Amino acid sequence: MDAMSTAAPSRQDGSTIDDVCIVVPLYNEAPVIGGVIADLRQHFAHVVCVDDGSSDGSGAIAEKADARVLRHPVNLGQGAAIQTGISYGLGLPGIAYVVTFDADGQHRIEDVIGMLEMAREKDLAVVFGSRFLDNRTKSGWAKRIVLKTAVWVTNKTTGLRLSDAHNGLRVIRSDAAKKVNLTQDRMAHATEIVLQLSRTRLPWGEYPVEVLYTDYSRAKGQSLWNSINILVDLLIR
Amino acid sequence: MWIKIILVLGIIVIGVLLARPASGDRHLALRRLFMVFLVAVAIVAVLLPDWLTWLAHLIGVGRGTDLLLYVLVIAFLVFVSTTFRRNVVLDRKIALLTRAVTLAEARAEDAEQNQLNVKAPTDDSASSGSA
Repeated sequence: MDAMSTAAPSRQDGSTIDDVCIVVPLYNEAPVIGGVIADLRQHFAHVVCVDDGSSDGSGAIAEKADARVLRHPVNLGQGAAIQTGISYGLGLPGIAYVVTFDADGQHRIEDVIGMLEMAREKDLAVVFGSRFLDNRTKSGWAKRIVLKTAVWVTNKTTGLRLSDAHNGLRVIRSDAAKKVNLTQDRMAHATEIVLQLSRTRLPWGEYPVEVLYTDYSRAKGQSLWNSINILVDLLIR
Repeated sequence: MWIKIILVLGIIVIGVLLARPASGDRHLALRRLFMVFLVAVAIVAVLLPDWLTWLAHLIGVGRGTDLLLYVLVIAFLVFVSTTFRRNVVLDRKIALLTRAVTLAEARAEDAEQNQLNVKAPTDDSASSGSA
């Protein structure tokens, strides 16, 4: 929860950004999701939370925090939840950008706002958040190896040169988001989304973000086992 | 000697099966032909056990039962790989179905919400209409 205290100050005029749809894939994050959604709602009019069959009441908490909650009747995985959120977000009127944002409170809202500014100023279709562009993010060596391996695989398969692949924070302009059709239901979607966005040949950029490793996210985070699953998912399609 | 070639070829075929997208009709037809073949071989093997041994000797396997074991292993691997493929296809279908249900539900909720919004400020709309 203390991660949330670093959130950006609310906009002075009390208005919210309404041409951006924040997509939050949600699966069993009841302890933190309320705070994450409440902070997002201070800045963004459209916060779409895809409850991926949670069993701990996360969906109801997100709804109470004033997110638009969509419900998967069964658990499919993060990739499937993101795809559902993107499909819904693109159907909303006047949406210029879709943002993917993890539910566990590891992202900072200032980073989203900075990424949106970068996308608008430089006319970029995609802005990927990267924790490896500066030294703010403190990750353990094991996690670093896993993430760097994921980056290497992603760069090999997509031809892009990213510094961070499995970062949940992405700003995608609606024309690029229309080209995304995730079929990797589980975690390998992070590579798949980069692949599909790279095929659009639209301009993209990276923005340095800080990933907040709280005790909560550390306890839940992707284990080394999961990286094996990701590799297998990518190799056998 | 021959058995090694047969086994390696069998394993390669399984690898190809695993990498290739499962195509509907041909896939099903091959499965059925394989099934018929298997039944025929099984019947012959029961009626004429010596034939199995003869076949085993022909391809360099000591006993008919050993040959049976080898074939069983290959058949099992084929089963695993085809089942895996079918599972992937099934998962995809479930994901698409789930998404369709979720989005349909969301559309229904949004429509309901819009109707409430339209009904609530009737006074405003009436006054603005006359203005």
